[in-house]
Amino acid sequence: MNRFTVFLPALLAATPLVAGEATVIRNATVITVTKGTFQGSILIRDGKIVEAGEKVLIPDGARVIDAGGQFVMPGIIDCHSHIAADSINEGAVAVSSMVGIEDVINPDDIDIYRALAGGVTTANVLHGSANPIGGKCQVMKMRWGKDAEGLKFEGAMPGIKFALGENVKRSGSAGNGFGASPGLRYPASRMGVEDVIREALTQARAYQKEWRDYQAKLDRHEQAIPPRRDLKLDPLVEVLEGKRYVHAHCYRADEILMLLRVADEFGFKIRTLQHGLEAYKVAKEIAAEGVGVSTFSDWWAYKAEAFDAIPYNAAILVRKGVLVSLNSDSAELMRHLNTEAAKAMKYGGLNETEAISLVTINPAKQLGIEGRVGSIEPGKDADLAIFDKHPLSNYAKVEKVFIDGELYFDREKDLEERPGKELRKKALIDKEKAQEKKDRRRPGQTEDKKSEAPGGVQ
Amino acid sequence: MRTGMPVLAILIAVASLRAASPDTILLRGATVHPVSGPDISDGSVLMRDGKIAEVGARIAPPKGARVIELKGLHIYPGMIDSATEIGLTEIEAVREMSDISDIGLFKPQLRAATAVNPASEHIPVTRSNGITAVITSPGGGIIAGQSVLMHLNGWTMEDMAVRAPVAMRLEFPQIRTPGRFGGAGGGGTPGRESAYAAAKKRYEQQISELNDFMESARRYRQAKAAAGPDFATDLKLEAMIPVLDGKIPMLIRAEKEKTIKEAIAFADKQKLHMILERGTESWKVAAELKAHNIPVVLPPTLRLPEEEDEPYDKPFSIPGELSKAGVKFAFASFGPGSEDNPRNLPYEASAAVGFGLPYDEALKAVTLYAAQIWGVGDELGSIEKGKWADLIVTDGDPLETRTQIKQMFIKGASVDLDNKHHRLYEKYLAR
Repeated sequence: MNRFTVFLPALLAATPLVAGEATVIRNATVITVTKGTFQGSILIRDGKIVEAGEKVLIPDGARVIDAGGQFVMPGIIDCHSHIAADSINEGAVAVSSMVGIEDVINPDDIDIYRALAGGVTTANVLHGSANPIGGKCQVMKMRWGKDAEGLKFEGAMPGIKFALGENVKRSGSAGNGFGASPGLRYPASRMGVEDVIREALTQARAYQKEWRDYQAKLDRHEQAIPPRRDLKLDPLVEVLEGKRYVHAHCYRADEILMLLRVADEFGFKIRTLQHGLEAYKVAKEIAAEGVGVSTFSDWWAYKAEAFDAIPYNAAILVRKGVLVSLNSDSAELMRHLNTEAAKAMKYGGLNETEAISLVTINPAKQLGIEGRVGSIEPGKDADLAIFDKHPLSNYAKVEKVFIDGELYFDREKDLEERPGKELRKKALIDKEKAQEKKDRRRPGQTEDKKSEAPGGVQ
Repeated sequence: MRTGMPVLAILIAVASLRAASPDTILLRGATVHPVSGPDISDGSVLMRDGKIAEVGARIAPPKGARVIELKGLHIYPGMIDSATEIGLTEIEAVREMSDISDIGLFKPQLRAATAVNPASEHIPVTRSNGITAVITSPGGGIIAGQSVLMHLNGWTMEDMAVRAPVAMRLEFPQIRTPGRFGGAGGGGTPGRESAYAAAKKRYEQQISELNDFMESARRYRQAKAAAGPDFATDLKLEAMIPVLDGKIPMLIRAEKEKTIKEAIAFADKQKLHMILERGTESWKVAAELKAHNIPVVLPPTLRLPEEEDEPYDKPFSIPGELSKAGVKFAFASFGPGSEDNPRNLPYEASAAVGFGLPYDEALKAVTLYAAQIWGVGDELGSIEKGKWADLIVTDGDPLETRTQIKQMFIKGASVDLDNKHHRLYEKYLAR
């Protein structure tokens, strides 16, 4: 049955608006995040927000969306996701910086559409946490219906995953569950984790010097042979030069400080501590380094290093001056990050704007895309989510989602299309059943067909 | 040892007398939401000896009663989570810290109540969000063991138990093909058919073993009734007698439509009082569930659809569909893809409200309906005279995240809402 589902997504692709045509969302409660909340309108043109205010003139010929009684917020940004990727972990080696999500994007993953339906417009899709230095990350927009290239958030700063603690150590014990690595793989302790990272960065420094020496010779018009390119070390040199953000999976306070010290030693900054469930214990040190934290709202106790996790983590960090976001790390949780944000009000008393910032402008800053997304301001991308109730309420649901000014999710349309899709699905199943019946009447046919087309489309 | 359970039952009876609070407490000035009836603004609740002694608009404080003014606040019955592993698992990933399942397929003699750790950190964390009672169940095998319904407060199981056992838990056999992608896209993969054949054979064998086991239990019951001189106690079969006698329900986990239908037929044939657990496809068999009067313990509402081509909001709309079909259900936090975070139980309920479930039904499905399903509808789940005084005081709707739980009473005694998380918060905020 699942074989047919690949046809269905295409039917849900975005409804493009004519270029240059203006759209106005009016009568809404507009939650800009950075410029307050008001009753008013948003003018969109060429994929950008042109104006947002209590009184916005509606240009002639503009498409008008009445959002009376509804709430518009910036599209939600998830700073930690693993959707839309065909594989996540390259765990056979302790340093896998040569691989990247950019090469395994799966634009047909239904979780993209589901995330959209939860108001998410941008996600940082990360490599897994099997190794101290993992693969490269990919920031994506949830442009459902576009191809792999079309999903990429053009111009976003590149990133790479680091990982500390239990997941990493687990590969140092038998039966780790990460890929095909046979037997044990160093490291098996937090000491080893630090060593692997320092070793890799030391190599990267030496490699960087080789290139610098080469460049210097060229500058002096001397003869020079270029160093051999190292695909593993290239991204690490970018890290050393501040051209690639490090998003580091971590849990315990001690390992967080370890990483901050290593980064200091090598002269770069960690961009975000991912999860950082004990970050609240060393909030001062994290704030002093200007490092961001992207955490869960309230997950805890699922493993030993998560036993001191508290739902007040985000609030403590905010109060101590750390840039904080709430992420999902889960295709399910990704669907309701708005109410995850509400938990930071319950636990630690953040106000509404601070709470919504955790899933909008803050992750945008952490990903270096705050000039484009994360708030409703003129000049920013028209990435917007319309809710029927206040998005911090558990009763709110998403009605419409725009990315680059295009309508990518429309609940009304989704509901309208359901009966038709059911009919098409039934027709396909009936066709398959009829074929099966035919095949059964002519035994042998099916096997022959299979052998003619090995590995045929499934 | 055949007296094991009655002994526990007696202990519980004695303990409840002992644990009863000597205090008489009058809560007043709050909006009382009895759940079983209309809200009472500026209402009062009188608690005495652990029970609700009176509910109404105006109650004169009896002599010596402690009076608590709750102006502007709300009183609701404490919430009940109908599927958890509270007390059995402290840290999921640490083998030594989990007692959720044991070896073997038929283990009706195993009692969750035995292994619940009353000092678990999960208990104060969970109750701080308004959950006053939970079902904790063993897992694994076919007959997993006996579930317990317990208050989330007490020094010992004797203090905590509402019903031990409250149900026998059965994980109904189903065909399980190996591999995460065994179903999708694996149509022509060599070996899949043989894997399916092996899984089907295993399932058929398990069904046959289950029927045999039930038959053995029946014969055992017969032999025991005859009480011949050679009668020897068998703890496994002994544990099945209350199930066969209909004294405790069989909590049957079944997910897909086919399995649910088989489970219903099984319960029918065995004349069991069935509660369906999980039932991710219960909406497909709503009419049958209604016809057989089988209640459902729902999987988390906040989960992904079962199939790639299901509507994105299917898990959110199922409770509303079941409600329309007249099927009784309770929400629960434990299930497929859940974060195992029972304090979030109320949000499993509110998530269904935007998608067709009436609010009152959502609230009942974490309070009164849960109590009714577990056979304690006259003891828990609403604010009514004679019930256990398991109450929460809130500053608003408990199904909304932003609402704070201000006070809690379990068996009429004030419960400390502090917990490990809040202690760490205060400690490190002050750093």
